[in-house]
Amino acid sequence: MTETADAPKPDAICELVLQDLAVTRGGRVLFSELNLHLKAGEAVSLTGANGAGKTSLLRVVAGLAQPSAGRLRYLGQAGELDPREAQSHDIHFAGHQDGLKAQATVQSELSFWARWAGGSMAARDAAVQRYGLTPLLGLETRRLSAGQRRRVALARLAAAPRRLWLLDEPMAPLDIATRARFAEEMVGHLAKGGIILAAVHDPLPIPTREVRLVRPVSIPQEAK
Amino acid sequence: MGQGMGRGPIRALFGRELGLALGRGGGPLLALGFYAGVAVLLPLAEGPDPARLAAVAPGAAFASLALASLLTLERLFERDYEDGGLDLLTLGEPGLAVVAAVKCLAQWIATGLPLAAVAPLVAITLGAAPSLAPILFLASLLAGLGFAFIGGVGAALALGARRGGVLIAVIVLPLFTPLVVFGAGAVDAAAAGLNIGPPLALLAAFSLFSVALAPVAMAAACRNALS
Repeated sequence: MTETADAPKPDAICELVLQDLAVTRGGRVLFSELNLHLKAGEAVSLTGANGAGKTSLLRVVAGLAQPSAGRLRYLGQAGELDPREAQSHDIHFAGHQDGLKAQATVQSELSFWARWAGGSMAARDAAVQRYGLTPLLGLETRRLSAGQRRRVALARLAAAPRRLWLLDEPMAPLDIATRARFAEEMVGHLAKGGIILAAVHDPLPIPTREVRLVRPVSIPQEAK
Repeated sequence: MGQGMGRGPIRALFGRELGLALGRGGGPLLALGFYAGVAVLLPLAEGPDPARLAAVAPGAAFASLALASLLTLERLFERDYEDGGLDLLTLGEPGLAVVAAVKCLAQWIATGLPLAAVAPLVAITLGAAPSLAPILFLASLLAGLGFAFIGGVGAALALGARRGGVLIAVIVLPLFTPLVVFGAGAVDAAAAGLNIGPPLALLAAFSLFSVALAPVAMAAACRNALS
């Protein structure tokens, strides 16, 4: 199964293009005319004040919310991909909430999400090893600390190969050792042609391009 | 390993949902307890006259079945919505409509099947003839399928609402009516020695219709709640 983890699928996302994107939340424009072009192997960190729309942008890119204007394009090797197809096959989303069932064990949650995202049990086991989750496997997820929960959530990214990672403050609850571990994971992901779009306040420990979201003042302005 | 890709995720989801449905908010025990409770209360309220009870037994059994089916619906999507799991389910290959259908199917097996198994007991306790047990089970099982899928639409529409449970009941109970009418109708027909074909066929048609249409509605309602 190791070959399949590295070989890109024919419909893999190679580029992400945001064209004049505007996102509205509760009737207010968070940002507009956002242009961004991400290629395979690139990482962008989204910064901006609280409420600037970082999480909303990630949700729009994941297809969980709709932009109020502009276009969102996913390009594969052979050209434009169907957005719904790209979102359901090739995106990992790690949000504020870890999506873990309180009464389920770490083992069963990881197995389920690995299978759900199209991963193999071998990849799951490798992820468990790399994130040092073996001692936690039998625990119910409600017994975990916030940092441990996040570790499980991030191990999910490693358990199924998907090209575009959308991360919302991924480092916040992690301890120093796990931060270093996750930095290595991100570097490895980019080296394999992955793309990372991460909302952060503290800079990520890997080289990234920074995009700052600025709320338009009165007239919608370019949000860089 | 992990081959047969299309099936793998769906089977995994079904196993997970079944486990969650069996444990959800007391699981089927709550619904069963409620159902049995209504069956005990009715003779107390109605008086112990066997003839009178026997006349209302099928109708009462189906009406309380509909109410008992409501109990566990609230948690169908709510927990996934609250813990972020619904976001991740949306990002899977099968798509939200399939997720919704699998959830309702698990709900039917976890709650509808035990309720259908108890339905003959409840009706016979109320005074229905024991020979009606098979048709009671069959009609309850078919009605339960419709209750699960129509109820799922209510549960999805109520996502994010503060008093979701009440909203679900208001949305869903009117839509449960045909199932109650045809279900009780089939049992009444059997009791009167009439042809049970037409009411049973209508019951099955309504349930299958909801199985076909409800997943699309649930997916739309979930997407709306997420955005």
